Amino acid sequence: MTRTTSDEQKELQVHQKQELQSEGEGTREGVYFKPDVDIFETDEALMVVADLPGTSAEDIEIDLRENMLTLTGVVDEGLEQNWQPLYTEYKTGHFTRQFRLGQHIDQSKISAALSDGVLRLTLPKAEQAVPRKIEVTSS
Amino acid sequence: MSTSLWFQDPRAFIHNELRNFVRSGSPWSRKDWNWPTSRQRTGVFPPVNIYDDGEGFRIRAEMPGVDKESLDISCKNDQIVIRGERTLQNIDDEANVHRREREGGQFRRAVGLPQPINPDKVMAEYNHGILNLFAPRAESAKPRKIEVQ
Repeated sequence: MTRTTSDEQKELQVHQKQELQSEGEGTREGVYFKPDVDIFETDEALMVVADLPGTSAEDIEIDLRENMLTLTGVVDEGLEQNWQPLYTEYKTGHFTRQFRLGQHIDQSKISAALSDGVLRLTLPKAEQAVPRKIEVTSS
Repeated sequence: MSTSLWFQDPRAFIHNELRNFVRSGSPWSRKDWNWPTSRQRTGVFPPVNIYDDGEGFRIRAEMPGVDKESLDISCKNDQIVIRGERTLQNIDDEANVHRREREGGQFRRAVGLPQPINPDKVMAEYNHGILNLFAPRAESAKPRKIEVQ
């Protein structure tokens, strides 16, 4: 039975967490999910905003090498032994996602901030190599 | 479940009817019951998990990036209502958007519990994008030990 009132249509909907099916298995035991992200590019930088609920700053790993950006967030479920699950709508697991970047990034200037489970990553673009004109001399 | 199924396979139809009949006797199938398993509530943000720790109920909701100030939690008898808003930071018009997967907006979620709770003792915490609620059982719902004479 579906009830749609104009009130409900405005409501925020749940994005079902997508479990990651990859060949390269993580060394850490547990399920990995693909976090929802927003990615946008300004003149100076590439910005990545990712939803990583349940992670704190020390649980997040950001790796950039050979234009491959890898985000990993380790989540500790933090459940007590005597908690009996009655009803479960979402699963808990780690987060990981990889992006291939088309831009040259200045590795030394990457910055990241985490608040309320949202990671904001700023990847400043590397200054373009100045085109050089090569003089050909004839002798 | 499709209702046209029985045209193709009468056995499946009978099987479904039987199953529905058996189910209709259990409280799980009662549509008016506000227990969150009722179908119309799934898909409403935020997703919740509910645990029983003996003393009461532990409710967890995954909702990253929600402004703590916007959270409004109210409870009565056997229901907790979570309201709030998730605002996304504006993206500069000049910016070139590559991916837009996150969503913002208002939400309201009513969570029904199987037993009455003590509304005065409900505690809430919002950490790392996860809302943690603890709702102790009402005195009337606690098991009482009976002394054998």
